[in-house]
Amino acid sequence: MTITPDPAQDLRPTSDERVIGRASVAGGPGDRHRTVRPAPRRSRDARLIAALFLGPALLMLLVLVCYPIVYTVWLSFRSGDGTRFVGWDNYATMLTSSNTRRAILNNLIWVVVAPTVVTVVGLIFAVLTERLRRASALKAILFMPMAISFLAAGVTFRLVYDEDPNRGVVNAAAVTVHDVFVDPSRYHGMDVRDNREVVSVADGFETRGPVASGQVIQLPLVGLPPNRIPADAVAASPPPAGPGLQGVVWLDFTRGGSGQPGVIDSAEVGLPQMTVEALAAGGEVVATTHTDVAGRFAFPELTGGPYVVRLPADNFAEPFNGITWLGPSLITPAVIGAYIWIWAGFAMVLVSAGLAALPREALEAARMDGASEWQTFRHVTVPLVRPVLIVVMVTLTINVLKIFDLVYVLAPEASQSHATVVALEMYRVSFGGGLDYGLGSALAVLLFALVLPAMLFNIRRLKGDR
Amino acid sequence: MSNSTLEAVPVLQPAGTARDSRPRHSLWTRFVMRFGGAVVRGLVLIIGAFWLLPTVGLAVASLRTSADNSASGWWTVLTAPAQLTLDNYAQVLQNERIIGSLWNTVLITVPSTLLVVLIGALGAYALAWLDFPGRDAMFVVVVALIVVPVQVAIVPAARIFRALGIYGEIPAVVAFHVAFGLPFAIFLLRNFFLNIPRDLLEAARLDGAGELMIFARVVLPIGWPAIASLAIFQFLWVWNDLLVALVFATSENAPITYALREQMRSFSSNLDTIGPGAFLSMLVPLVVFFAFQRYFVRGVLAGSVK
Repeated sequence: MTITPDPAQDLRPTSDERVIGRASVAGGPGDRHRTVRPAPRRSRDARLIAALFLGPALLMLLVLVCYPIVYTVWLSFRSGDGTRFVGWDNYATMLTSSNTRRAILNNLIWVVVAPTVVTVVGLIFAVLTERLRRASALKAILFMPMAISFLAAGVTFRLVYDEDPNRGVVNAAAVTVHDVFVDPSRYHGMDVRDNREVVSVADGFETRGPVASGQVIQLPLVGLPPNRIPADAVAASPPPAGPGLQGVVWLDFTRGGSGQPGVIDSAEVGLPQMTVEALAAGGEVVATTHTDVAGRFAFPELTGGPYVVRLPADNFAEPFNGITWLGPSLITPAVIGAYIWIWAGFAMVLVSAGLAALPREALEAARMDGASEWQTFRHVTVPLVRPVLIVVMVTLTINVLKIFDLVYVLAPEASQSHATVVALEMYRVSFGGGLDYGLGSALAVLLFALVLPAMLFNIRRLKGDR
Repeated sequence: MSNSTLEAVPVLQPAGTARDSRPRHSLWTRFVMRFGGAVVRGLVLIIGAFWLLPTVGLAVASLRTSADNSASGWWTVLTAPAQLTLDNYAQVLQNERIIGSLWNTVLITVPSTLLVVLIGALGAYALAWLDFPGRDAMFVVVVALIVVPVQVAIVPAARIFRALGIYGEIPAVVAFHVAFGLPFAIFLLRNFFLNIPRDLLEAARLDGAGELMIFARVVLPIGWPAIASLAIFQFLWVWNDLLVALVFATSENAPITYALREQMRSFSSNLDTIGPGAFLSMLVPLVVFFAFQRYFVRGVLAGSVK
């Protein structure tokens, strides 16, 4: 497998000294031949022949590209159904309506963030792979996303970003990392039976009424699936008699239904490691302890009473379930992430071509002068590949301005109005139910205006080559 | 050349502190020079795995039943490979909607590619080697048209197709793809054709060959590397297209991208169709990628200006 360092090089039958950035928009390399003219006796025929050769292309371009551009500009000054002239109204709507404003703002975010990040990532990859002798397999992997459609990439990343940590790999990783730092609660989802000694309060569960020392406090809970019963739990048993407050917290449920509510049946297990608090009459916590493997707890120092015993809500905290990547707030960064995955290989290959063309002497000279690797990179390599970086940035900027499919596919219906960009909004307004061709055309004209600098850049480069 | 990594950043030694002529390196730089190769290799392996992860995830998910996919993550195959099954693919291959739309993709892509190459090559030859007034201005216009976004033409083009009675049909989709493929095709081929040695063309002319003969016998054979790159680029561009199909194709003429996009409305419940469908749609581009990598990379890089 080979990815040629200079992809454009072999596209020229004659060798050319200008290598960097060739793959991009440069004009004809061989204009030195242009002084040749066909023999005069052929000139009349030549016009006819030229017309025949160019005819099909010109016809297609005039009918389906040039004329529609003019038509679209005209439509942008007319009402949604095209029947009335409305002046600048569509453009005013475009700049005031919340959806189109969001689209323009999002496009701005895309243009600022995506080309820069992709170029930097591509530069890093190019520098890393340059140091390996056999990097072609890696280059193939990094470049492969360029081959697949935005739709396939969108499908791929829908799965990557899936909110359920049991499906989406990003959230699975997020939950794993989170659980390393914050212990997931063991007993989330547990509840109390109605009309028992325990009641549900805002801060967890607590005894229905005040309790006093000498009493065995029973705290039966339900709602723990069998697969979440702690491995160290043993059969629940009431604590032995002793001083102070004592009690037991257990799973008041026997599989098969033979158990009696509120009674510690033989098959029922205690709930270990449960935090238990004792509250004085005023409501302040006076003591805290944890249950043992049989669910027993004791506050030997608490004599008298009355107290309220509480199982604080921490015991039952819902676990962290990952991040809603494709929800309204994170959707644009998430889509940009997928875009980076697709285009980083492209940037890498172009930058690699630039690196391969660098004069070795300059690098060697810098090293001989005692520059460190980083200094060489920062002050010699980067300035020398700058032209390539600019070409990559310009190319990506044009591409990002027109981004449509990826957003359309990756953003779920519910967050599409938050993720929307100009090209997508144009489609939504014109075809996605709205059928407002006036506003759609105004958005298309905006898009066209945004790529005009790139068009002029292309033409100037062409002229510069002459 | 010494080995180093970008990790050398934090510890910088000011240059010019060396007393002797040999460059002095910090402890870190020397460490990097000795072990940098391994660090780079490890880093590169991690990056490669990271980049493969999304595709592998979809591939594995497409090989699991929907019950498995809703119960646990695809990565559980690492411990339980027995859950892999081709059932979803068998289902999708029976699915007329998916197979029909794959065939539509072929029906759209093949003519679009052939026509762009043919019409583009004819035009490019005229702009490169025939002499007529306005030639250079015409080329400037063609270059300008390369970056035109399709959005600026879809509404009027839809009206034109409707007037012609082909709106919603495959020829309409093909015609639009051809029109928007031509500027880049002409640009790429014209620049390539210009470098054909003039003597070859003149010799053919002196032998009495007509322009069409020169085009077919001299220009096309010499120009085939560029034509191959163009053809691959155009093929993938059309194969992977969604927007043009959404606008110009009716549902029964929909290509695979369009058909799969419909299924995305309920991604989770349709994953057993979307996953294999997306992989079938990726198959052709991936085969093209691995079989013609040189032309592929050149074509994609050259065409990225679009």
